Amino acid sequence: MKLHEHQAKEIFSKYGIPVPEGKVAFSLKEAKQVAEELGEFPLVVKAQIHCGGRGKAGGVKIVKNMEELQQSVEVLLGKVLKTFQCPDGKPVNRVLIEKATNIDREYYLAITLDRSKSKPVIMASAAGGMEIEEIVKEDPDAIIIETIDPELGLMPYQTRELAFKLNLPVKDFVNIALKLYQIYRDLDASLVEINPLVITKEGNLIALDAKMDIDDNALFRHKDIQEMEDESQIPTLEAEAKKYGLNYIKLNGNIGCMVNGAGLAMATMDIIKLAGGEPANFLDVGGGANVEQIANAFRILMADPDVKAVFINIFGGILRVDRLAQGLIEASKIVELKVPVVVRLEGTNVEEGKKMLQESGLNFITAEDMWDGAKKAVELANKQS
Amino acid sequence: MAILVNKDTKVVVQGITGKEGSFHAKQCKEYGTQIVAGVTPGKGGMEVEGIPVFNTVKEAVGETGANCSLIFVPAPFAADAIVEALDNGIELIVCITEGIPVKDMMMVKDYMLKNYPNAKLVGPNCPGLITPGEAKVGIMPGHIFKKGKIGIVSRSGTLTYEAAFQLTKYGLGQSTAVGIGGDPVHGLTHKDVIEMFNKDPETEAILMIGEIGGTEEEEAAEYIESEVEKPVFAYIAGITAPPGKRMGHAGAIITGGKGTAKAKMEALEKAGAYVIENPAKIGETVAKILRVVELEEEERTYDAE
Repeated sequence: MKLHEHQAKEIFSKYGIPVPEGKVAFSLKEAKQVAEELGEFPLVVKAQIHCGGRGKAGGVKIVKNMEELQQSVEVLLGKVLKTFQCPDGKPVNRVLIEKATNIDREYYLAITLDRSKSKPVIMASAAGGMEIEEIVKEDPDAIIIETIDPELGLMPYQTRELAFKLNLPVKDFVNIALKLYQIYRDLDASLVEINPLVITKEGNLIALDAKMDIDDNALFRHKDIQEMEDESQIPTLEAEAKKYGLNYIKLNGNIGCMVNGAGLAMATMDIIKLAGGEPANFLDVGGGANVEQIANAFRILMADPDVKAVFINIFGGILRVDRLAQGLIEASKIVELKVPVVVRLEGTNVEEGKKMLQESGLNFITAEDMWDGAKKAVELANKQS
Repeated sequence: MAILVNKDTKVVVQGITGKEGSFHAKQCKEYGTQIVAGVTPGKGGMEVEGIPVFNTVKEAVGETGANCSLIFVPAPFAADAIVEALDNGIELIVCITEGIPVKDMMMVKDYMLKNYPNAKLVGPNCPGLITPGEAKVGIMPGHIFKKGKIGIVSRSGTLTYEAAFQLTKYGLGQSTAVGIGGDPVHGLTHKDVIEMFNKDPETEAILMIGEIGGTEEEEAAEYIESEVEKPVFAYIAGITAPPGKRMGHAGAIITGGKGTAKAKMEALEKAGAYVIENPAKIGETVAKILRVVELEEEERTYDAE
């Protein structure tokens, strides 16, 4: 789960990591109030969206007076902000108003998991303000990485090493780095990132931006964090699917897919591409999908206007194929089948399942195997569009 | 003797009284696996499908001599269950549980590597493993597998079934099939399992099923290149997956340009593996290559279509 910058900064602040003085506002009225409370200009108005690249997209504005503030807030609030990272855009329903900072130098600091070591790493660079991928691409040596022992945690000496290498004020940096690790640990974060971490002209270290992702699997023990989720940032159909325990991701093609299991779902997307088509989505109904879930999965697929054909690819293991067929039949009573549906079933009780679909009188097109199904779906989608 | 499990493996099922635990304990037992005990704290003295239930792993091991644990304990308590198995001398732990926090797994893996370097963990968030005809320690449908000489290692559940089904259809049986799981922090890796298959005299060829995210497939490729003489077949799922989107499995995500299917396929091709592009042609490709291996030796990379 992603947090907004203002939420991450509130957490930073609570832990004692210095952030610019500021507050979130959901309306122009609130924004003006915040400006008055802060009591001085210039201020910075920052659109709060779950996406990077805001600066270049006009989502961050420096304002010198109340009129400029009003203008910026009016432009941003309610707008869908498109950035190079999110070409479809994200809705701006809140802005962070902060005191402007006199930047001297910018750094990068983050803690995340190193999967190949199964341990956390702290990463720091003097090339702050940029995307970390860009930094690494330009110059892999520009980033310093220290592995953290999960049992001991981040050791102060490791942070001192970073501070000396990057020529940062040691005491302040050690404090920030250790607290950042504490946040990472305490809140089950999968990423905590300060980009940029800046030295001000006054010589202070301060987190100018803040990014935090929380491990979804750990949310059960962080109810307070879970409540911070801004659902407006999740595409509508994805949010809808999540409610029913379905894993759905919208893609750019026109063939809707419904598959059981994440690996097979990816393989199904791939085989559609091999057959000359483009998948409209990733949809994993999971290992134990019931009738209600299949009905909802169907409804979600059909709700996507881009979908011109549907490919259902189910390998019944413990979940029997006849039960799945039953689910499909029930589902099509509730959801209108607006486009051709190709079904490939395999596994336990496959014969019964196939028979049930044939006898249902519903217009399902059956496929022999994955390849046959993909080719049929692509052909039908091409006819439709 | 295939790898990891066989007919002599004695399994204790942790979380046996739950819905999943009891169902699959029964399925495994019916397959012929020696399910010798179950553990659910507070349910000691009960029986599930004729399997005695104990309060602790210590009791279960003491009474039955179990040497392998199959875990269905719910995610918030799964780390505790794994450590309980480790501390009681279990050297093979298969954790089916999905949704365990990464931090918990990180701590467990660290503890395991430091204190029990010989112990092996399969999973979590995996289908388990099966040595066809001998033992099924997992949730896969046993009937699609067949005893044979191909070792399967995979990060995915249903895709493993798909692959095994295709192999079986072509008469190609499996020595052992291991589902290593789709989480970012897990036990045995692709490389670990391939190493075991490489040393196993009953395994003559290896099928590796990877997916986007992480660098495990690349690490396996390095090992294959330097150590493996047996034919290795590989399929990598997610060539169409966009970066930054998590494809179901917590581990299946392309970040910072790392973990793409293309990079993995290239690494494996370079290592001399037969990279299969079409997931519907896994069985067919393996069958063709294994039977005409002399003819295809020059062309190590088999293009399915």
